[in-house]
Amino acid sequence: MSYIQIPTPLRKFTQNQASFETNAQTVGQSLHELVTQYPDLGKHLHDAAQKLKPFIRVYLGEEDIQYLQAEATPVPENAVISIIPAIAGG
Amino acid sequence: MISLTSIDPALVARIDHVEKLIGRTPLYGIQHAFSKPGVQLFAKLEWQQLGQSVKARPAFQILKDALLSGQLHPGKRLLDASSGNTAIAYASIGAALGIAVTICLPENASPGRKHMLQALGAEVIFTSPLEGTDGAQAVAKEMASARPDRYFYADQYNNPNNWKAHYYSTAREVYHQSCGKLTHFVAGLGTSGTFTGTTRKLREVNPNIEFIALQPDSPMHGLEGWKHMETAQVPGIYDETLADRIQEVSTTAALDWQQRFAQTEGMLLSLSAAANLAGAIQVAEAIDEGLIVTLFPDDGSKEVMN
Repeated sequence: MSYIQIPTPLRKFTQNQASFETNAQTVGQSLHELVTQYPDLGKHLHDAAQKLKPFIRVYLGEEDIQYLQAEATPVPENAVISIIPAIAGG
Repeated sequence: MISLTSIDPALVARIDHVEKLIGRTPLYGIQHAFSKPGVQLFAKLEWQQLGQSVKARPAFQILKDALLSGQLHPGKRLLDASSGNTAIAYASIGAALGIAVTICLPENASPGRKHMLQALGAEVIFTSPLEGTDGAQAVAKEMASARPDRYFYADQYNNPNNWKAHYYSTAREVYHQSCGKLTHFVAGLGTSGTFTGTTRKLREVNPNIEFIALQPDSPMHGLEGWKHMETAQVPGIYDETLADRIQEVSTTAALDWQQRFAQTEGMLLSLSAAANLAGAIQVAEAIDEGLIVTLFPDDGSKEVMN
């Protein structure tokens, strides 16, 4: 079991849930599980080819997945995946 | 409130000295990245002032008002939440005025901005990257409530001096530099200070100008500094009745224009500046005649440092 932390701007689409549990093996699969559970999130995270949009930053623990194996990054037990929004305003 | 006569004359002299470095930015005519007969497109190069972004204007106005009203003085710290650019403006202007600055900054702020704040001597309190500037505001508010003797809470999101800076300076410059001929004003929404102040003044001067506000097309965007109002904490200074219309800009469009502008005009824009450009070009494509003005809040130098 691992966890995805949902950033504040996206909680509108997750019935205000701040965390999502997943058993998927990779970061990409975990995010697809999240989108399957909350389909309205899909257009905000994935492009037309169902790939993570290139400007969206996702961390596994403290590491940006773009410096690991991107969406193919394996997810260890109890890991925390964070979707980091751009910093808004001022 | 204390009278002006009780303010240290040396501090007043420092304020006057710094004020010369705020605003008065060039209005740049875009010729190569986009052209269309009958339509002129201009942008204010806002990084050309102390603090290196459009945020120099509100930061200076907020600091000046707080100092002259006695709410802030050497020995008390200015405190605020920021996504980075206002923080750098506070730190730059604060250093020049002898005022210490504390900033609540989301931990995922760009490394370039963090390095600049460190170099300028600001105290930085890092806040949750998941909660953005809304979370940083909550932390700043709590710190200010706990130590009112130590901090002046500038609260750029609710401080009317934010929009007033643009009402008194940006709008005037835009009007005069375009020789009063502008037909459209286009700007993205962050704290909303730029759009609110500039629009209020320009509409008083010429009610026929069209005002278009821009926002990201998704709550999950890459346009640092912009707010997606439907999913964010709406700033107190935001006036939703001001815009004639709101247009959405995608991060992908901003990235495309950032590259195109660099390679045709020779200027590397920040992504928020490129997003303003993308929005202004959407407006330009829809009209046959007019003079459009937007702002480039920041250049891309801090992004290159990342």
